[in-house]
Amino acid sequence: MPIINDTIFFDEKAHGEALEKALKMSPHEVVLEIRESQLRGRGGAGFPTGTKWMLALSAQADKKFVVCNADEGEPGTFKDRVLLSEYTKLVLEGMVIAGYAIQAQKGFIYLRGEYAYLLEHLLNYLDRMRKENRLGENILGTNYSFDIEIRLGSGAYVCGEETALIESLEGHRGEARNRPPYPVNTGYLGYPTIVNNVETFACAYIVISKGAQWFAKYGTEKSKGMKLISVSGDCKKPGVYEVPFGIKIKELLELVGAEDTKAVQIGGASGLCIPMSEIERNISFEDVPTGGSVIIFNKSRNMLQVLRNFMEFFVEESCGQCTPCRVGNKKLLEGVEMLEKGICTHHYLNELIELGKTMQIASKCGLGQSSPNPFISIVTNFKDEIMSNYLGSGNGQ
Amino acid sequence: MDNKITKGRAPVSHQPHNVAKASGEIGGEVEIEINGRKYTVPFGTTILEACRMNNIHIPTLCYHEDLCLAGACRVCVVEVEGMKTLQASCAFPITSKIKIWTTSEKVRKARRHILDLLLSEHYGECYSCVRNNNCELQRLAKEYGVDFYRFGHITQPRYQVDRSSYAIVRDMDKCVLCRRCVRTCIDLQEVGVLEATRRGYSTLISTFMDRPMLDVICINCGQCINRCPTGALRAQDPSDEIWKAIDDPTKHVVIQTAPSIRASIGEEFGLPAGHSMTKQMITALRMMGFDRVFDTNFAADLTIMEEGTELLLRLKRKLLEGDKSVKLPQFTSCSPGWIKYIEHFYPDYLDYLSTCKSPQQMFGAVIKTFYAQEMGIDPANIVTVAVMPCTAKKFECNRPEMNASGYKDIDYGLTTRELAQMMKEAGLFLPELPKSEHFDEPFGDASGAGLIFGATGGVMEAALRTVYEIVTGREVPFNNLTITPCRGMDGVREASIVLTDVKDEWKFLEGVELKFMIAHGTANAKKVMEALIRGELEGYHFVEIMACPGGCIGGGGQPIPTSPEIRKKRAEAIYKEEAELPVRKSHENPSIKYIYEKFLVDGPCGKISHKLLHTHYTKRGKYIV
Repeated sequence: MPIINDTIFFDEKAHGEALEKALKMSPHEVVLEIRESQLRGRGGAGFPTGTKWMLALSAQADKKFVVCNADEGEPGTFKDRVLLSEYTKLVLEGMVIAGYAIQAQKGFIYLRGEYAYLLEHLLNYLDRMRKENRLGENILGTNYSFDIEIRLGSGAYVCGEETALIESLEGHRGEARNRPPYPVNTGYLGYPTIVNNVETFACAYIVISKGAQWFAKYGTEKSKGMKLISVSGDCKKPGVYEVPFGIKIKELLELVGAEDTKAVQIGGASGLCIPMSEIERNISFEDVPTGGSVIIFNKSRNMLQVLRNFMEFFVEESCGQCTPCRVGNKKLLEGVEMLEKGICTHHYLNELIELGKTMQIASKCGLGQSSPNPFISIVTNFKDEIMSNYLGSGNGQ
Repeated sequence: MDNKITKGRAPVSHQPHNVAKASGEIGGEVEIEINGRKYTVPFGTTILEACRMNNIHIPTLCYHEDLCLAGACRVCVVEVEGMKTLQASCAFPITSKIKIWTTSEKVRKARRHILDLLLSEHYGECYSCVRNNNCELQRLAKEYGVDFYRFGHITQPRYQVDRSSYAIVRDMDKCVLCRRCVRTCIDLQEVGVLEATRRGYSTLISTFMDRPMLDVICINCGQCINRCPTGALRAQDPSDEIWKAIDDPTKHVVIQTAPSIRASIGEEFGLPAGHSMTKQMITALRMMGFDRVFDTNFAADLTIMEEGTELLLRLKRKLLEGDKSVKLPQFTSCSPGWIKYIEHFYPDYLDYLSTCKSPQQMFGAVIKTFYAQEMGIDPANIVTVAVMPCTAKKFECNRPEMNASGYKDIDYGLTTRELAQMMKEAGLFLPELPKSEHFDEPFGDASGAGLIFGATGGVMEAALRTVYEIVTGREVPFNNLTITPCRGMDGVREASIVLTDVKDEWKFLEGVELKFMIAHGTANAKKVMEALIRGELEGYHFVEIMACPGGCIGGGGQPIPTSPEIRKKRAEAIYKEEAELPVRKSHENPSIKYIYEKFLVDGPCGKISHKLLHTHYTKRGKYIV
């Protein structure tokens, strides 16, 4: 099992009974506590959780829903898997707390298809919670009732995007919806819905258990608490690490025993590729954000191949709905192929970078908006390497 | 019953008014800024609507007034101050005091990039495309001054053109994946033949299991064609065969023109919607070389005689004779899209359908029998062409049962668009042609009742005028024969007329409240059918259903574009022309009287008409296409 170094947050035994505590508070107080902790969504986008819950709490509707985004599909991320299997209580009771906070009656876990082997464990755990009256009717003797259902995804990356996830939950093709309206207002079946990452629910549990102020002691000014990082690639000790926000990339590399490093991809396929000249930067929403994926490349790696791998991923995983993402990623991939053949001019490369910038602002959802990130950061940071095949100037053209 | 055209399965968030609803501020106003100028717009309006209200142009591609929102093409993006990304103006509801920029550098660059991307994937040369000069992609390329392919261009076709269907041709090489057809098929019509399949760059609009169009439950309504921005969807065009028949001296080529053609064909020649072209059209058809030019309105009158009589016979058998096997309400059968819809989706309810053929097919049968006799022409040498607002008519005329005379009732179904194209090919500019007063004999007369078949509610209105008068001996109790509950564009309409002081032979109908219902668009037809299944149509007598929104004036063969406004204008043109006609009741049409005297001598629903003018239906369900 991956090691979590210096566990501070994610130690089930070290925490009190957050659920009991939350149910003694009013829903409004729970939301305020979360807001005070300045907890931000752990899926990568970093939307303030307290604000999201407040919007959902104040939305008027006869039904509300809580959705746990366990579609963990970002390449290089595997920390939710650990939380779901080893720290089940934090996640599931975190969901009940969220449900109570926004006054929802039902929760869903959208579990990625590849995690089907976790299903039995989770179902058993839910049963246990029901037997212990921590789930179901009149939880712990209060008036509050809430239940959780597990739905399996079918392997589409885009279903990690919250509105596509909701579409998929409803039984439709997984594609992003228009926003506004936002899910907190018009979500699952049109009802107010909060979609949070697995880790966010676990953090919410910790906030309630230990208090907002304790939580906010960790991290940076705008990124509070600890973060789970899945480290993979060229290093001696890959695995899941718990680190405080604000940790320098350099420190992380030392921690995991990375040597001869050339670049670090932070934030998965849709993240940024950081060259060694920038490893003094830190992991936080202010600087280099991540949903948890850190992939390390050493000097033996060909950055063009790395890029090609990412672009092939996006060409296949775009939902195919909006033009910039559907066709744009293909054009970027074709650009990579031209770079490999040495027939991509500097001029055309600049055109493609401009196209990438358009994709960042004109795509419909987060997938398309972030898909050009690796292209732009790799061709910018490793320009000499990726243009090394180019012969255009050599033959007088 | 909800009277709006439904938006089916579309996600709730694709209907921006939901936001306004949720905020509970409907009716209020918001002050916004567009390009630095202040405007006041209704709360919940989309940015696109707000701009259009104020004459600020924003290009669109996937947006269509009739459809739920997609926000997929991103051509209409604008900048909203304070937001990191650009917003699709078609899908962004205004609920606060925002500042919008519609032509900033970011916006212009993004739109141009998006166009470049679309063009890089769009195979096909404009000059060999049916939509040349009426293509939204072409128009956008012009608008944005595209003069080279920035990201390359496809030079070889990648897909096979699907020509399997009698009605609809699909050419995926021209598809820009705007998904209007998907939204039309699933959400507007609730048929669900077309859907986006696969993912990412491989995304493709396809049918169930990629089957050819002939082999899926397509009802051939052609609404997808009307809303396709490019030439990816088009109709099967028989004009070459028709020219060939015209050019063949041994063939006697007869054309009939549907009621709604005259109200829309002018649009193909640049006229605004709502200009009737009846008289110029007759001239043009004669100049093109058709041997006879007939008016389908005559056959519509014939349909009223048959269908009205059938209704009265059903009422008699059920109410007077207590025959429980008789099904009421009787559903109209003029719309071939509707017929195929009910055959597929409600195959156990076919007994509710009138057995009458559609006017097109009735006319064909009459031409190849009565007309052939009168003229002394061998029916084998008669070629019948029907110009219709409809693509489903192309399928209908190829139904194997439509040959009671021993010959195909109708040889070719032509759409309004294709006829206009043939006229252009013949060098005829319709609006400038001299007017001809009359269609050809022996079917030269047609009533206004036949003409209003072209708009939703028209068949009902025409039938009521005749049925009411047969039963009571008086005209319908509406000012100037205008049965107002039949008019309008609400998706489902219903009303009733009480029959009083009836003639002796109809005594059993004394005091009966004749209840009728009208629906257009198959999504609304579905509502009616579900109500029927739930038993809620008990006590109803007659239901008119048209497959297309607006009825025939919104048919799948009509000029492109279509919109609620355009359909309203076409309907107005029909009603205006109708009000001026000398004969406005089917049973008073002299040509009708003549044919029942001379040919259909045992009267409406008699043996001869049963053989020639009535038909039967197929329980298709999922399997028989």
